[in-house]
Amino acid sequence: MIEISHLSKKYKGATNFSVSDLDLTIDNGEIFGLLGPNGAGKTTLISMLCSLLKPTAGSFTINNLDYKNNKNQLKQLVGIVPQEYALYPSLTAFENLKYFGSMYGLQGKGLKNKLTEQLEILGLLDFAHRPVKTFSGGMKRRLNLISGILHDPKVLFLDEPTVGVDVQSRTVIIDHLKQLNAKGTTIVYTSHHLNEAQHFCDRVAIIDHGQIVCKGVPKTLIEAHKNAHHLEDLFLILTGKALRDHV
Amino acid sequence: MYKLWASTYKEFLLLTRDLGGLAVLFLMPLLLVITITTIQDGTFKTLETSKIPMLLIDNDQGAVSQNIQGNLNSSDLFEVIKGNSEQEAQKLVQKGAYQLAIVIPKNLSKDLQQKVSDNVAEILSRFGLEEEHTPVTKNELQPKEVTLYFDPATQQSFKSSVRSTIKQMISQIESQTIYKAFQEQLTEDPSEVIFDTRHFITFKEIDPNNNKKPQVPNSTQHNIPAWTLFAIFFIILPLGINMVKEKNQGTFVRLRTQPVSYATVLGGKTLVFLTVSLIQFALMLLVGIYLFPLIGLPKLVVSGRLPLLFIVAFFAGLAAVGLGLLLGTIAKTQEQSAPFAATFVVILAAVGGVWVPVFAMPKLMQTLSNLSPMNWGLNAFYDVFLRNVGFVEILPEIGLLFGFFIITTLIALRYNSRKNAI
Repeated sequence: MIEISHLSKKYKGATNFSVSDLDLTIDNGEIFGLLGPNGAGKTTLISMLCSLLKPTAGSFTINNLDYKNNKNQLKQLVGIVPQEYALYPSLTAFENLKYFGSMYGLQGKGLKNKLTEQLEILGLLDFAHRPVKTFSGGMKRRLNLISGILHDPKVLFLDEPTVGVDVQSRTVIIDHLKQLNAKGTTIVYTSHHLNEAQHFCDRVAIIDHGQIVCKGVPKTLIEAHKNAHHLEDLFLILTGKALRDHV
Repeated sequence: MYKLWASTYKEFLLLTRDLGGLAVLFLMPLLLVITITTIQDGTFKTLETSKIPMLLIDNDQGAVSQNIQGNLNSSDLFEVIKGNSEQEAQKLVQKGAYQLAIVIPKNLSKDLQQKVSDNVAEILSRFGLEEEHTPVTKNELQPKEVTLYFDPATQQSFKSSVRSTIKQMISQIESQTIYKAFQEQLTEDPSEVIFDTRHFITFKEIDPNNNKKPQVPNSTQHNIPAWTLFAIFFIILPLGINMVKEKNQGTFVRLRTQPVSYATVLGGKTLVFLTVSLIQFALMLLVGIYLFPLIGLPKLVVSGRLPLLFIVAFFAGLAAVGLGLLLGTIAKTQEQSAPFAATFVVILAAVGGVWVPVFAMPKLMQTLSNLSPMNWGLNAFYDVFLRNVGFVEILPEIGLLFGFFIITTLIALRYNSRKNAI
């Protein structure tokens, strides 16, 4: 279970909080979607939960482990699939995975079997020994996903895992995430594909200006707003149609 | 330990996948040392064997000018070419056709002879040795000036060296003329030797290490240590780029989410780049030993010194890697790290005495040179190469290099933990 309490983040020199006094509880085994326009604070929130950013205020626990005193245990518990590919382009898929797996303490046959299995599931086994720089965007996305799940994390954070990929790759990724969830992995995911989120997530939270504007089961949330037929309608009702360009 | 090994292997793979970068890493230092040594060897040879053309304007046409000309010719430094007039010589030197010209004034021989004869006669008359003790009437002679013209592009050190050589020749001619004048006054038999005109005081140079005649260091012995060190320190450039790339491509972010310490990540880089610097050093030695003689350069002599040389290279490599780790930790973009690394290494080399010996620097720079790790490394290499010292004598220098590695790495770790504190 992820328990977030009064969590805030204000970047140095910024006038506003990127995440402001946020409270949220995500249950074990849930697929939870963090949705919001650009600059809403989704990535900042995930970065704090993944020990990449120091909160300005507030706290959180993951499986009852406090982030301040259990950094290494949390890192072992959590997997992250960042928005960037986060892969070494000149190394092969196999070498990338072997290296990142070994940083989780995996080694030998166990690691080799694990990454071979994952490469096969995500359709990359035939390309395992090709340099990543030769991969298409969809292939890199799938490889990026494998890099975050090699150590069987209890909680998986995904920051826009399907951005910029074709329908085939997206389907493979989502299906695989569903399989992981079925095995007990809690998934916290951000996306701009609201239709995908509507069908994929057990619950969603729509964030804007660093605060949660609504949260719940997608179907229930849509039904609660008479003008909303899809999650996207609800999203626009709650966050408005104004452009969210920010620098 | 396994994570360190995995990090090291990853760094090795990254390095070997970039064959162009690898070639640059190994070939460019070799090219550098070959080029510099060839140029410097030319300078060494010029000083030792080649003669510098010198335009001589002889307005004297006497014994002294002939003597000067003879001395210049036999000095092995100059090739004397006779010119017609001072104006012509001035123009030719100004245009750079000659590096220098010497103008011997009119009546130098006659007036010098007269001056010396007058002085000798005066001395002898005062001692009462003149056959007829009559007061000597002195002719009022104007002092003579030998004029030197130097090409404005000529270096100061070369000018000083030429001035000193000419001055020495003129002094010698003057004293010989004096001896000759006494001889003529004291005996009528020209074959009778009254004075031993050979130099009474001479000097010899002894190697303080072994009391033997010192082995003159050739261009190879000077250049291999200096430029090897330069190449070793240049490793901060690819190392800095390597680290900044990791930040930009997101892999560093992934590593921060993994249960691995920054020290382990840096450890992998240290092992690989230290190995690279040792390979660079080995290649430099091989080039000095085997390639240089084939292309007409002096051979590098390393007999019996290899272990100590590798110890110095190891610690110099560590210092360079430490600096690279610090730079890579602090820099955010390649635009920051690459120009800084390149310029900083050149500054360290200049301050460290790679180009100009430290003793020839201004006082302030001499003090600053003590802070350059390249100076410590260079001193350690010279200690081993030229001063034939043992391990104990190089301990202070390698201690400083190791301390530099420790301090720079600790700063890098501290900076990272503060920057990425959660």
